[in-house]
Amino acid sequence: MDTMLNVAAKESDIGQATKPVLELENLRVSYYTDAGRAIALDGVDLTLMAGEKLGLVGESGSGKSTMALAMMRMIKPPGRIEEGRVIVDDTDLTALSEQDMLRARLSKISYIPQGAMNSLNPVLRVGAQLMDAMKAHVPDMPKDEMQAHCIRSLESVDLKANVFKMFPHELSGGMKQRVCIAIGILLKPKVIIADEPTSALDVVTQRQVMETIDRVQKQIGATVILIGHDMGLMAQFVDKVAVMYTGRFMEISPVRDMFLKPAHPYAQALIRSLPNLENKGVFQGIPGIAPSLLSLPGGCAFHPRCPFVMDICREQRPPFETFQENRQVACYLYTEKARS
Amino acid sequence: MSIRYVIRRILFLFLVIWVAATIIFFIPRLSTRNPVRQRLAELARTGGFAPGDIETMVASYNQKFGLDKPLLEQYFDYIGGLAQGDLGVSLHKYPRTVIELIMDAIPWTLALLLVTTILSFIIGNLLGAVAAWPRAPGWLRTFATPFVLLQGIPPVLMGVLLLFFIAFRLKALPLGSAYSTGVIPNWSLSFALDLLAHQILPALALILGSVGGWVLSMRGMGVTIHGEDYVNFAEHKGLGPTTIFRDYYLRNTLLPQVTGLVLALTTVVTSGIVVEQIFALPGIGTTLNQAIQNNDFLTIYGIVLFITIAVATLMVAVEFIYPLLDPRVRHT
Repeated sequence: MDTMLNVAAKESDIGQATKPVLELENLRVSYYTDAGRAIALDGVDLTLMAGEKLGLVGESGSGKSTMALAMMRMIKPPGRIEEGRVIVDDTDLTALSEQDMLRARLSKISYIPQGAMNSLNPVLRVGAQLMDAMKAHVPDMPKDEMQAHCIRSLESVDLKANVFKMFPHELSGGMKQRVCIAIGILLKPKVIIADEPTSALDVVTQRQVMETIDRVQKQIGATVILIGHDMGLMAQFVDKVAVMYTGRFMEISPVRDMFLKPAHPYAQALIRSLPNLENKGVFQGIPGIAPSLLSLPGGCAFHPRCPFVMDICREQRPPFETFQENRQVACYLYTEKARS
Repeated sequence: MSIRYVIRRILFLFLVIWVAATIIFFIPRLSTRNPVRQRLAELARTGGFAPGDIETMVASYNQKFGLDKPLLEQYFDYIGGLAQGDLGVSLHKYPRTVIELIMDAIPWTLALLLVTTILSFIIGNLLGAVAAWPRAPGWLRTFATPFVLLQGIPPVLMGVLLLFFIAFRLKALPLGSAYSTGVIPNWSLSFALDLLAHQILPALALILGSVGGWVLSMRGMGVTIHGEDYVNFAEHKGLGPTTIFRDYYLRNTLLPQVTGLVLALTTVVTSGIVVEQIFALPGIGTTLNQAIQNNDFLTIYGIVLFITIAVATLMVAVEFIYPLLDPRVRHT
């Protein structure tokens, strides 16, 4: 296959050094519920270079999926993007018309869904579900060329060409997830968001699927955001880890630093809560519960649960700042250090 | 779908028809009433002939209709006749055969009820699908509600109301019957228009009465489908709203609705009875009604058997259609 893909990879190698592929600027999403306004994504900034792999972790409701949906511009009422920009490859997605946004999905930014089991239309053949995406995006391409392209895409995720003619119910869970990945990479997007792509799979299949994502990501040189709870999987796969809490980034660090010496108290607690070989059987939770998005505590949202809480944490929201090379954190423990 | 399955299913269809035919044959013969005697007595009462000869006449008619033969022989004659499409003769409209009566009536019924059933299926399902589709415009989504209310009005009342207001008061459309009195049926355009004008009100009564049901059941299906992961993922793929609505949403709501359509088609005759009566239309319902009023047993049995066969055949047909609609349904 892979002349086309290799070219893309080379291009991305060049691009890697020069300019970011994905930029989020102060992205803010709220859901207007009967109980009030819930700020699900509270001013998020993020910059990723071509080929970078970011792991996005956080508790349920911390805004991971909202961020993914906001980047795809798929936030549905009662939610809406209130502020901020999503810039992919020099295009501001938030400024596109509805029609142009349809085009941008899959070709600039694509999404590999969580529930692969149900993400394929049960009454259409796999091939038809790849072809309709092709027809929506490159309507002028001859049919046989489209089909050849779809089959190449299936083969690049280790599926046989005959999967093209099969129905989803004839595939295993891992195969369905691969089909979703094949759809996700069909138009060689710059950014791929994988929202817990392995959550419904057994560990063996999980690993195979992750390896597939890893490989195709390298081939097309895409930037990947991997959303998930599985820290082990993250450790093996991503370059950087972003820890989210109440719709804000708490820390973004290279994966080694995050696991060995996490900076933010929440990240520290999160890493401590992982089971490891030394203290078998002793699980350490994080005291307290995550606050409701309807009434966040003032200042740093983590301060009621934080063992290092200071007065300023209650009053002001800490800025999300670089405190070491490649590491950003939103915590006054580090701004003080940085200042002194 | 394997050939074996098709053959098995068709053989089973014949079995069902045979059992139905047998029941229809034996049940009335358990009764002591003799339709011939009853018919003759009736004629005698209305002064057709002297009551004295009635016994001889009964005997001769019994012989003519084969009613004097042993039961089993009658049964084989009946089944043999059935295999050749012979349902016997009408007692009331003798010497016309039952099959002739049915064939005269059925085009009327099919033209009206088949068309209205399918029309209301299409209208109701589209409205219901749109009503459950979150991105449809608000006015379109509430458009379906009045039909749900109309569903509560029984077709009898609906027919009478339509007749009273539109035909009787406004004189906008004819007051029932199949075509204007005094007109001889022919193939001209004016006659076709006359026919059509007479069918509008009955069709309207039937459609208004059944659209709401489709709206409700479709909306019920729709709300479960539009939140499915595959509809969501289709949006992530950047497909246009029309493609998603048609291929991902509508297509998946269809299976139970098609079952409903077949069930609705099986009630074509019974709903026909009422509407054909109100609007004085010819049709299988009217024929059945006349047969019942005139104790025309053989015609009643013939129509009942005919309906049974039609329903059983439809059921088999829908089973063959299922795999086309939903690939997960497989017959082995």
